[in-house]
Amino acid sequence: MDRAEVDAKIREIAEPFNKKGVTITEDTSFQNDLEFDSLTVMDFVAEIEDEFDIIISMNQQAEIEKYGQLVDAVTKMQAD
Amino acid sequence: MSEGISQPDQPQTLEGHKGDKDLFSKFDDIIAMRQGLLDSGVEDPFNLVMEKVLSPTRAICNGRETILLGTYNYMGMTFDPDVVEAGKQALADFGSGTTGSRVLNGTYQGHKDVEEALKDFYDMDHAMVFSTGYQANLGIISTIAGKGDYIVLDIDSHASIWDGCAMGNAEVVPFKHNDIEAMEKRLRRIPGDAGKLVILEGVYSMLGDVAPLKEMIAVAKKYGAMVLVDEAHSMGFIGENGRGVVESAGVIDDVDFIIGTFSKSVGTVGGFCVSNHPKFEIMRLVCRPYVFTASLPPSVVATACTSIRKLMHGSNKRAHLWENSKNLHKGLKDLGFQLGTEEPQSAIIAVIMPDLQQGAAMWEALIQNGLYVNLARPPATPANMTLLRCSLCAEHSEEEVGEILEIFEKSGKAVGII
Ligand SMILES: Cc1ncc(COP(=O)(O)O)c(C=O)c1O
Repeated sequence: MDRAEVDAKIREIAEPFNKKGVTITEDTSFQNDLEFDSLTVMDFVAEIEDEFDIIISMNQQAEIEKYGQLVDAVTKMQAD
Repeated sequence: MSEGISQPDQPQTLEGHKGDKDLFSKFDDIIAMRQGLLDSGVEDPFNLVMEKVLSPTRAICNGRETILLGTYNYMGMTFDPDVVEAGKQALADFGSGTTGSRVLNGTYQGHKDVEEALKDFYDMDHAMVFSTGYQANLGIISTIAGKGDYIVLDIDSHASIWDGCAMGNAEVVPFKHNDIEAMEKRLRRIPGDAGKLVILEGVYSMLGDVAPLKEMIAVAKKYGAMVLVDEAHSMGFIGENGRGVVESAGVIDDVDFIIGTFSKSVGTVGGFCVSNHPKFEIMRLVCRPYVFTASLPPSVVATACTSIRKLMHGSNKRAHLWENSKNLHKGLKDLGFQLGTEEPQSAIIAVIMPDLQQGAAMWEALIQNGLYVNLARPPATPANMTLLRCSLCAEHSEEEVGEILEIFEKSGKAVGII
């Protein structure tokens, strides 16, 4: 999958978690803009992991603050 | 999960605000939240003083005689005459403290004796005693799972488990609470040649629910993972010999490490790890939270040793504790309270409150009517629930459980929860 396809898929997964209907851009922050708490993060990450058959460890999650960084990371992981 | 009052077990990074005055500014939100609760006029749930302790089940708290129903003193060993006597004797014979690390001058005969008692209790080859259960998790986890290794753990794990994971720098992969399929998916995706550790708890202390250890450990073994089970809340009570959920589930031979504490059923303070791993003894040299701290005082290890040996023959007490747990669960359910589990699964019964405000009011009504329970509140709780956690003791009499239910009824009606 190329980056655009990964982006589209993750947007679809993020939709139900985006309770306030925030417009998601590359710079959207999960903690500050989307206000994800730790349980939401776990469910959201689990869905992405299942979709792409990858693992995003908490150590890797710590490096990901913004939406664009997540798309980059997943694009890279699913290609490996 | 457990004692976090204003923080979750899973560590979080607090962000300061721009133009911060000093390093404490990041706590402003927590300070405001706490002040808000106190300003509403409730008695501070986190500032209770026990002025006198009368027995494992009774104390004078804030000037009132109070039934204790939130102390994790499951087997009521704190005032056992043999236990108290052993402590006094050791205090007289060996002094008040060791002033040294286990690996230097801090290993006395008593430390060896309590490790022997643990090996006998669990029927295992090795036992290592730490200064607390927190340090046992911190030490064992951070030492065996390092950079490049993977830890797969339940999202509701105790703070000491999370901190051990962080300290060791392993890749940390959490899964949904007690979800066997979610755990398997994560194990399947880990590179085959990576070191893997699965961490589970027998009883989870927030809701008092038990893990499906039989299924989970089978999955862990299928993927070649080592398994560590924290049995802090089951020792002495669950399983035919009180060895924990691993024993009642029939999988004790498949676990690599059991972590436990002396601060609950054993009735003193300290922590331990037992294992059959042939190389286990090397831990004493490489485990930093074991090496770089002073060992437990002689009186503490003497009380622990006596208590553990008595717990081996505690089947009558175990049976009575189960009766207490069943009676309290049924009674609360009949009164109309919402509980953490459909059936009683352990000696913890969690009563789910509608919200923090009513939970705090209910806690206060209970304490004023002479009953102490544990208030657990967001963000330390699963799904941000407010819980009144009740932990039963084998020394609670049947009549006392009846009294407890009366206090719950009276308080619940006064606060308008039932
Ligand atoms: C699951 C669990 N593990 C470990 C601990 C730590 O035990 P200790 O009080 O001995 O530090 C506790 C108790 O707080 C616990 O609930």
